[in-house]
Amino acid sequence: MVKSYLDFEQPIADIESKILELENSDLDQDQINKEVIDLNESAVKLTEKIYSNLSPWQNVQVARHSERPHFVDYIERIADEFDELHGDRHFSDDRAILGGIGKIGDYKVVIIGHEKGRSTEEKIKHNFGMSQPEGYRKACRLMKLAERFNLPLVTMIDTPGAYPGIDSEERGQSEAIAYNLKVMSSLRTPIIVNIVGEGGSGGALALGVGDHINMMEHATYSVASPEACASIIWRDSEMAAEAAEAMKLSANNIFELKLIDEIIKEPLGGAHRNYDQASSQIKNSIINNLERLNQIPLNDLVEKRYERLMSYGAL
Amino acid sequence: MANWFEKILPSFIRKGSIKKSTIPEGLWQNCSACNNILYVPELETNLYVCMKCDHHIRLGARKRLELFLDTSGTKELSEGKSPKDWLKFKDTKTYKERINSAEKASSENEALIVMEGTVNKLPLVAAAFEFRFMGGSMGSVVGQKFVEGVNHALSNQLPFVCFSTSGGARMQESLVSLYQMAKTSAAIEKMHQAHLPYISVMIDPIYGGVSASLAMLGDINIAEPKALVGFTGPRVIEQTLNVQLPEGFQRSEFLLEHGAIDMIVHRKDLKETVHRLISGLISNRKS
Repeated sequence: MVKSYLDFEQPIADIESKILELENSDLDQDQINKEVIDLNESAVKLTEKIYSNLSPWQNVQVARHSERPHFVDYIERIADEFDELHGDRHFSDDRAILGGIGKIGDYKVVIIGHEKGRSTEEKIKHNFGMSQPEGYRKACRLMKLAERFNLPLVTMIDTPGAYPGIDSEERGQSEAIAYNLKVMSSLRTPIIVNIVGEGGSGGALALGVGDHINMMEHATYSVASPEACASIIWRDSEMAAEAAEAMKLSANNIFELKLIDEIIKEPLGGAHRNYDQASSQIKNSIINNLERLNQIPLNDLVEKRYERLMSYGAL
Repeated sequence: MANWFEKILPSFIRKGSIKKSTIPEGLWQNCSACNNILYVPELETNLYVCMKCDHHIRLGARKRLELFLDTSGTKELSEGKSPKDWLKFKDTKTYKERINSAEKASSENEALIVMEGTVNKLPLVAAAFEFRFMGGSMGSVVGQKFVEGVNHALSNQLPFVCFSTSGGARMQESLVSLYQMAKTSAAIEKMHQAHLPYISVMIDPIYGGVSASLAMLGDINIAEPKALVGFTGPRVIEQTLNVQLPEGFQRSEFLLEHGAIDMIVHRKDLKETVHRLISGLISNRKS
């Protein structure tokens, strides 16, 4: 059961707490069972109703939900084997981006993704999924490793954005992101990108160039976080909900613009309600696409990726 | 012809048809750094660098290319393209309204101008961002024009020079705009694969999506003195971390010290330097 509810989920929370109450009551067991079934049914209906009509800002809240599955949760369920590889070989091991070699189904792959961390301690360790240059450079090193050993690359995006810090700037945050974009555009191995949570700005795109781009149903993807966009355009970060609306950051809108290839259905009420189901959905798509992309000769694959990049916003 | 024609015109029209006023307008300009009043014709010959404090005053994109390229044989590429409102974006104003006022402010259709021309007779393609057009932000048309410029360079085996000055990606095009970072970077990768020089010239200021794509990817990165270049703007860093930023943070001199750029070049030396660097990259070794 979900531990924390979002504001707009309060009616669901009320029903679910009623169920809990009933289950712990002294009433006749048959009576309890019957009522619980009814209540469960109405909870499902209500969840369907609420989640089929999320506003962009509500969608942002789901994408940022404190219990939403993270990179480590997906890896645990998607990868049959995984060995984490550390460090950028230049400066440090950024914990906001994790990566390694592993196996998904029968496919040996390199996997890279943002990790936000769950507990306060972990969040600090992973810097809330906001990478510094060394994170992008570690990712780049692993991308090249993938290419060298002919391993497909799978990335998972979940970040508010690149870290805005003095030391990040000193060590070339811009260059680190730009270089990854350049490298990914011509990397000679299949790349499957998955936007699983927040896709915030260049910090997200730095893992986001590929041959097949998946986006989870309730993930978001935009040029800047709603707060940043609001403070740039409205000069007021309080206008984040309006910015979320204006930026059209939800999967449906982005799919219509042909900027992603596939929307991965989430369990009813969001991925945080069922990690296993969310993971198996995403795993199925990854395996299908690995199978498909592995058939394509590398020259054609890279050429197609280039054409796809050129088609973005072409007039 | 004009003389006899003017004579037969009523005087009030005649007056209007001749140059407006004998009192020169726009002959004086304040330096935005030292606030000294500068004589514009002199400023023009000084390439809009303040005669008093050496501040590099902002130049329009067209002026920039005019000063950089040889006077004859220039041709604009991908001319006349206007932005597209993919998202029907609206904040306090609609994107359409913002485009209209940007056109008025800059007399341009978009924030990037691309030209083919020569620099000291060396043929190349040069692009320049127009900061007055929505802060030089990169939307889909900017990305497209950049790529078309690169394609022109690729098919004619020419070097490519880009003068960047930009607030970053254009919010009004959200993800379409973000993707231009990948699109332009992919095009630069083609330049690299073709062994054609790509020179990035950084002009004050460059942030966000333009900094984290085409501006940082030069074979050689050059900056004008004291240009501000970074990923996150100083105001955001200060507010987020609640710190005071060190003196000279994100200035060209800071970038040079931290290894992000190859050199700082004074505006008066830019043309010669870029010409020399490109010539230097074209090898005469028999392969």
